[in-house]
Amino acid sequence: MPDLGLDVLLKGKNLARLLGGLGVAMRISMIAVVISIPLGIILGALMTWKNPVIKAILRVYLEVIRIMPQMVLLFLFYFGTTRAFGIDISGEMASIVVFTLWGTAEMSDLVRGALIAIPVHQYESAEALGFNRMQTYRYIIIPQTVRRLIPLSINLITRMIKTTSLILMIGVVEVLKVGQQIIEANRMVSPNAAFGIYLAIFMLYFFACWPISMLARYLENRWRV
Amino acid sequence: MKDILLKVDNIIKRFDNNTVLNGISFDVHKGEVIVVVGPSGCGKSTLLRCINALEPIQGGSITLEGETINPADKNLTALRQKVGMVFQSYDLFPHLSVLRNITIAPEKVQKRNPKEVEKEALALLERVGLRDRANSFPRELSGGQKQRVAIVRALCMNPDLLLFDEVTAALDPEMVREVLDVMLNLAASGRTMIIVTHEMQFAKAIADRVIFLDAGQIVEEGDPISFFEHPQTDRAQKFLNTFEFESVKNHEK
Amino acid sequence: MRIDVIVRYLPLFKKAALLTLKLGIIGIIFAILIGLICALIQYYKVPIIRHLVAVYIELSRNTPLLIQLFFIYYGLPKIGISTNAEICGIAGLAFLGGSYMAEAFRSGLEAVPDIQVESAYSLGMSPMQTAFYIILPQAISTSMPPFMANVIFLLKETSVFSAISLMDLMFTAKDLIGLYYKTTESLFLLVVFYLIILLPVSLLGSYIERRLRYAGFGS
Repeated sequence: MPDLGLDVLLKGKNLARLLGGLGVAMRISMIAVVISIPLGIILGALMTWKNPVIKAILRVYLEVIRIMPQMVLLFLFYFGTTRAFGIDISGEMASIVVFTLWGTAEMSDLVRGALIAIPVHQYESAEALGFNRMQTYRYIIIPQTVRRLIPLSINLITRMIKTTSLILMIGVVEVLKVGQQIIEANRMVSPNAAFGIYLAIFMLYFFACWPISMLARYLENRWRV
Repeated sequence: MKDILLKVDNIIKRFDNNTVLNGISFDVHKGEVIVVVGPSGCGKSTLLRCINALEPIQGGSITLEGETINPADKNLTALRQKVGMVFQSYDLFPHLSVLRNITIAPEKVQKRNPKEVEKEALALLERVGLRDRANSFPRELSGGQKQRVAIVRALCMNPDLLLFDEVTAALDPEMVREVLDVMLNLAASGRTMIIVTHEMQFAKAIADRVIFLDAGQIVEEGDPISFFEHPQTDRAQKFLNTFEFESVKNHEK
Repeated sequence: MRIDVIVRYLPLFKKAALLTLKLGIIGIIFAILIGLICALIQYYKVPIIRHLVAVYIELSRNTPLLIQLFFIYYGLPKIGISTNAEICGIAGLAFLGGSYMAEAFRSGLEAVPDIQVESAYSLGMSPMQTAFYIILPQAISTSMPPFMANVIFLLKETSVFSAISLMDLMFTAKDLIGLYYKTTESLFLLVVFYLIILLPVSLLGSYIERRLRYAGFGS
């Protein structure tokens, strides 16, 4: 049986170190998610307003953020802020800011999509029943929007977690970096560690995201309108 | 008596444990128009789908000009070319123009000359009053127009037998007539047809023979006059009464 | 920001952009092929293979491209599977993109109503003819919006290629920042070149989506 370098995983605290590295990525994505979701809801609702100025500004923000690869955004922010303002922010801070900006843009688009997907006659029949504007939102529109939105926002969480793998590139010590360090340290005793470690990281990401995706799909099927 | 075109012999159709058709037998002669009536869920549509081999049967046999229709058969497409079917929902191919909807099967399945097929298709469209819509897309047509195109599409395959599955049931009332007129014309020109419908006046006018289906069995069978005027069974009487009631109200106006 | 610096580095970025485009396009073509095959296997419920396809789709969709690339580029050679960085990049993009394309095509296939298939059968068409003339043309046009979104997504994902030392746009920018501190000019060129690649695709995507929404053939 060829040496697959899996034994390295079980040596010392290696597995715990990898999990710790994943923890860093998860922490960053969770912070970004927790900020993006409420911000995204507010911006998404604003986008359905008729005010052309607000609409235009939000549109530009959304398009600019969405067309650039997240990696480019990370670079722009990480290297750009130092250059432009002389502020030296940490890689972790830069990633939180960038992922929040990105997450807010994505979330606002989901919210806008869910709001405009509600047919006009839903508003009209609520009005015909004598609901006022607040009641219409409270009892008719928001419950329907939330059902469409929850599976999509859960999916956004897995996208966020996957995207955090990029922070390696701006020098944050996360799971890939820890993996590289372990491989480096065991270069002599276990030359094939790269296979085992990267396979382990692959599976770690998979088991972090997969249950969340399953939940999203379950809710989507259950609440299908 | 003319030749037998289609022979349905004691067929059984089950969905899981639910028997939908339970020993149906009848013959269709060349040039005959059969109308199948019965309450919702009696198995009328399933019967047509079995004849077109869209559903496998669990017992009995269906033969068209002596050849057995069997969904597992390799010659299925050859048999199906002899049977045209028009469905209740507008089933035109939405990505093809009206003309292409009609010509694609004769060209690709029957490998006929495209020019010739096109000429025939246009002539048929002319007959149903839709010559000027040949290059339209299905979304640009009304429901009644779509159904007329669907009938032409089936006709252009030159089938021996035409099946109509409640073709007017999904139409707005004012469009029903234009579709039924096309079918009356077909009957007058000697086409062999099996029609499932809820339009009783139409059934009376077009049928050579009426088959009344209930709970998966043929309850009554006969010429339209005797079926509609003097139904023999309680079940047929009860069924026809539901329509009678409506016409009584109309008279009182 | 100095114009002369920009002019000096322009050729480097041009070369990098061409590499990004080349790998991106080849990877996407393979992703389309994989996606189409997987979608058809799932649509026609091919026994056994469809379960393998399901496992592949879950693995591919729930892991980041960067990790997939690390495994392919650094991990696989340890068990004797080694190629060059370009092929790894293409393989990674195809592995990731295949599942996304499969989902797009599958949703398109499932959106074709059963009655369409039955009408084709009742006109005497064989299953092959039905697939070719009736199912696929309709499925492909309904899957165009998610398809275009995937193309844009995959082109953006190529930005992680620099991690396996491919000299793409990110690599070039990082190099110039690290070695010569030409931060502003590098970032500017990085953004401009990504815009040149992504903007036309994005505009095409929204054009197609608008056309399908307003002039769609839905009956």
